[in-house]
Amino acid sequence: MMSLLEIRNLSTYYHSRRGVLRAVDMVSLSLDEREFVGIVGESGCGKSTLAFSIMRLIQPPGEIVEGEIIFSGKNLLELNDEEMRRVRGKEIGMVFQDPMTSLDPLEKIGDQIVETIQMHEDIGKKEALEKARELLESVGLPGNRVNYYPHQLSGGQRQRVMIALAIALNPTLLIADEPTTALDVIVQEKIMNILKKMTSEGRSIILITHDFSLAAEKSDRIVIMYAGWIVEMGDSKKLVNDPLHPYTKGLLESVPDLWLERRIKTMPGLPPDLVNPPPGCKFHPRCPKAMDVCRKEEPPEVQVNGRFVKCWLYGV
Amino acid sequence: MASLKAYIATRALLVIPTVIILLTLVFFILRILPGDPIASMVGQKVPPEVLEKLREEAGLNKPLIVQYVDYIFNIIHGDFGRSMIWGKRPVLSEIMDRFPATLELTIFGFIISVILGVITGSVAAFRRGSKLDASMRVYSILAYSLFIPWFGMVLQMIFGVYFDILPIGGRISPGMEPERITSLYVLDSIITLNFKALSASLIHLFLPSLTLGIVLSGAYTRLVRNNLIDVLSQDYITAYRSRGVKNMKIVRHAMKNAFIPVITLMGLQFAILLAGAVLTETTFSWPGMGTFLLERIQYRDYNSVQGAIVFYALFVALISLVVDVIYALIDPRIRY
Repeated sequence: MMSLLEIRNLSTYYHSRRGVLRAVDMVSLSLDEREFVGIVGESGCGKSTLAFSIMRLIQPPGEIVEGEIIFSGKNLLELNDEEMRRVRGKEIGMVFQDPMTSLDPLEKIGDQIVETIQMHEDIGKKEALEKARELLESVGLPGNRVNYYPHQLSGGQRQRVMIALAIALNPTLLIADEPTTALDVIVQEKIMNILKKMTSEGRSIILITHDFSLAAEKSDRIVIMYAGWIVEMGDSKKLVNDPLHPYTKGLLESVPDLWLERRIKTMPGLPPDLVNPPPGCKFHPRCPKAMDVCRKEEPPEVQVNGRFVKCWLYGV
Repeated sequence: MASLKAYIATRALLVIPTVIILLTLVFFILRILPGDPIASMVGQKVPPEVLEKLREEAGLNKPLIVQYVDYIFNIIHGDFGRSMIWGKRPVLSEIMDRFPATLELTIFGFIISVILGVITGSVAAFRRGSKLDASMRVYSILAYSLFIPWFGMVLQMIFGVYFDILPIGGRISPGMEPERITSLYVLDSIITLNFKALSASLIHLFLPSLTLGIVLSGAYTRLVRNNLIDVLSQDYITAYRSRGVKNMKIVRHAMKNAFIPVITLMGLQFAILLAGAVLTETTFSWPGMGTFLLERIQYRDYNSVQGAIVFYALFVALISLVVDVIYALIDPRIRY
């Protein structure tokens, strides 16, 4: 089975006055068609940078320094600006974190959708507007919302509009960067169900989130990121039931549970400074199982029971 | 849009107390100043009885409060009175003679300032952090701090004296005035297809409106730059990019968003523009409201000065009302 997206050794750095910040550090990841992948990690672990790198929306002082992003057989990093523009929206759609600020306040919802459609397809305004109505209905909004301005809609409604915009051209991949962080839980559930429905319509989805339980519930596969690395990756159920990496275990223990009368354990320490990361494994200062080798050498990337893990515990 | 109409009506009504307060201030300040129109017109060597007689004729011997009430009463009835010095022409017709010159100068100054400000500000924002950005910011501060009479004279020396290619004063060459329709020479000469008058009036307009335009453009440079930088970092701009919207279109959306505060500034700047026009007019002997006002203050011509001030106030109020309406039309979030 050919994968839809294949990321190889991707590194994205931010150049700051203090030095080079390695936000995404030699990350490799692949995504199959119709797959729903959740990328989980704390703030600043590089998950959003990874998403923006796939879209090639990294702005200076950020820069993709190396790697390959093969999408539908072409390396996105080798496309020119115009070719990349045609990929954005048309082949890969993106939903953003804050629906309150992601819509142009001066343009009607309908006009924003129509503009997006007309950027990629040669159709008339009337036809595009009709399509905009259908799109809004497909995400559970009345079609007449095309005549509304963003400020006339609630946060949840706006996020539905963002999804409608992202799928307007029927892209095969949808990247959702914390799509429900700014919304309440009931709206969150509705938005997630809309996204989930997308996979049954043939799309692949990358969900970026810091909410482990949300990712575990909705995605087929989970990718755990820490300090710019992918530390563990595999089938959602297996990963939750039997976490391999100490960081994954820590994350799971810190998820509150209403039914199990288990105390929440918090992980000691803070994520490292990515300009001056600790030597060896970047997680070793917080790791309960840290060994000597962890402090000196970068951990190996190994396959354990069909799962990927980057840790000395499973090393050679 | 009904709410917009109500808003306009409220705004228009608010102009009345504003003008009355302004008028009261001007009325009393003028009378606190030493001298009066009679003394400045006929000089000091006239016998006191004659002065007294002239004052009585002009109504200046009545108690101040009576003069004040009379004046306000007349203004409310649209009567601006007559000039108190030679000729005793009606103030309103004198203003109407002078105002088109000022309007022409301010319109051109305004256009130049906005164009210069928007260009320099956008260049700075799109090339943020570059040397070009730095020079635009220096330009903004320099332009903002220029003293109009000094800068006007520098331009006069360069273009009028050294290169000798542009006139240094006046509105048009004598005898070339176009047929009067609006009294805006540029407009009139276009309407009557009088191209000689058109080029003559544009040549005369060039230095004064450039002086005024450059000085006032500094504020726009700063505002456009800062707003555009802010807008360009907004999520919806990234969102546009993520949907493959073309760069030119994104720039258009960004400019539209960045322009909202600029429109506010335009309204505020208009009063400053008129004040700047007073200085520009005196520097370039431009026969407008500014030179008129200055001359009449020197003669203590109470009625003319008061009339001019009321006229200025109404004009500024009208402009800010227009700006607010434009603002409401562009930004759908504004619901009055």
